Amino acid sequence: MVEATYPATPLALPDLGAARQARTAWLLALPAVILMIAFILAPLAAVVFLGFTDFELGYGSFRFVGFENYAELFFDRTFRQSLWNTAIYSAIVAPVSLFLGLGIALLIESEKIGQSFFRTAYFLPVASLLVAMATVWQYLFHPTIGPINAALQLVGLTGPNWLGSSSTVLYSLAIIGIWQSAGFNMVLFLAGLTAIPRDLYAAANVDGAKSGLDRFFLVTWPMLGPTTLFVITISVINAVKVFETVKTLTEGGPNKSSEVLLFTIYQEGFVYLRVGYASAMTVIFLAVLVVMMFIQYRLLDREVHYT
Amino acid sequence: MNPQATFTFGRALRLGLLCLGALMFLAPYVFMLSTAGKGQSEIFTSSLSLIPQHSFFVQNFMKAFTRVNMLGLLFNGVVVCCLILFFQVLIAVPCAYALAKLNFRAARLMMALVMLGLLVPIHATALPLYVAFNNLAVLNSYTALVAPFSISVFGIFLFLQFFRAMPDDLIHAARLDGMSEMGIVARVIVPNAWPAITAFAIFSVVAHWNDLYWPLIVVSNQTYATPPLGLLYFRAAEAGDDYGALMAATLIITLPLVLAFLFAQKRFVEGITMTGLKG
Repeated sequence: MVEATYPATPLALPDLGAARQARTAWLLALPAVILMIAFILAPLAAVVFLGFTDFELGYGSFRFVGFENYAELFFDRTFRQSLWNTAIYSAIVAPVSLFLGLGIALLIESEKIGQSFFRTAYFLPVASLLVAMATVWQYLFHPTIGPINAALQLVGLTGPNWLGSSSTVLYSLAIIGIWQSAGFNMVLFLAGLTAIPRDLYAAANVDGAKSGLDRFFLVTWPMLGPTTLFVITISVINAVKVFETVKTLTEGGPNKSSEVLLFTIYQEGFVYLRVGYASAMTVIFLAVLVVMMFIQYRLLDREVHYT
Repeated sequence: MNPQATFTFGRALRLGLLCLGALMFLAPYVFMLSTAGKGQSEIFTSSLSLIPQHSFFVQNFMKAFTRVNMLGLLFNGVVVCCLILFFQVLIAVPCAYALAKLNFRAARLMMALVMLGLLVPIHATALPLYVAFNNLAVLNSYTALVAPFSISVFGIFLFLQFFRAMPDDLIHAARLDGMSEMGIVARVIVPNAWPAITAFAIFSVVAHWNDLYWPLIVVSNQTYATPPLGLLYFRAAEAGDDYGALMAATLIITLPLVLAFLFAQKRFVEGITMTGLKG
């Protein structure tokens, strides 16, 4: 994990004149600066600007419409559904994959047998192509020929139409999301666990924390604070960015019940080519990301550092 | 107390849980392998038996290779990932060096720009970029697939952290030897930065091999399709219910990265955790 520290100015090197140093620095940084402006700053400004227009690809002219797009968004049922679905999806995937990742990490850490095998097994989904694995999950979830429902049938249960019914589709996608991201969180927690000094556990033992549960709440959990916060942010941001599984498996259906933010933006902007309207959606998407980052920074500020 | 010697109830429970979990996490791979070897009729009748009764591996793989240009897809994936990585390193390393080791006034402003860039995913800049690329008539090309990722603020950020930790004496000595700043970057910094570059390479390749969003936007034919996009075309061509061929295709496309991961696990996990900052 990368810890961010920024000294105000980098160390000046004595053997290079200040003017020459600045010139060289500019020269070295110039390509990056130009590309940052071209591919990040300018498009970002453009997206905010386009959000105030009725620009559509293929039409020559466009009008400045003020906040009309945002007003329309407010009453757009698809967009509201999409925001709601994204919130539900994230509210399931982020916490479950966090605690699953933590649980697996704790189990692996305390068990000496097969550590590397288990780490590999749980991490494998992170390194796999999501579009491909989503296709496999589609087969697993198939209502009639899928192994999951076949297994349920063996014990006398009738499985739901996982991806095909509007009441279960979001949960099915969430299962895939959890499966895909838990291993990533596990690896981050494993790194956090190895950083905890062993003597803290001995000290806790002396203080009367005899059971594993006591030690967990007295030492492990507080010491993992920064890691946990980091995992929360990453998990939520990744969950909000869900797209691949939706595009591959459901196209937002059935009946818009798996319509999520990025998919709606993709549809409006790149399929219906309503660039202005989709830009307004993008601004809201960005606002969500900014708010979450802001919350993380605020919490990090307050976070007590134990080491 | 020696934890290896005692086999308590708690430990058995722990191992049992781990095994059960691992089984659930690996199940999709097992079914992918098994279904890739089954014929249509067997897929429809016995979905729970793992070993195919009649091996259809050859037929399914033949279909996967012929219905779409599978080798072309893999080739595109490799070309795009390599080009992206090449430009990212080429552009981010000198910039990070300047920010870490040289004194110039714009450094703070640039740091702010980098931090802003970290926050902005491709999904946010995709619309204007698409409009621009459309006007420049560069859609459906390697240029369109690679250009927006040629700058990685995340790369700059990662290398910056790494370069700051490098001793100044190293650079000082190189300067006394009369090396130019470019020479220092190429012959002192880069050779010493391999751990960071490897970690970044793994992160970058995993991210771009798997990316669907941007290729989906700028590519509309098979010539320039990357693996994830190609798989979408394959699904459309198969109408999604020839699961045998579909699983064979997924297997082919998933395999390169999974093999790379299995052979260089430690590096992968390091790379991904080190670069865990960006999702």
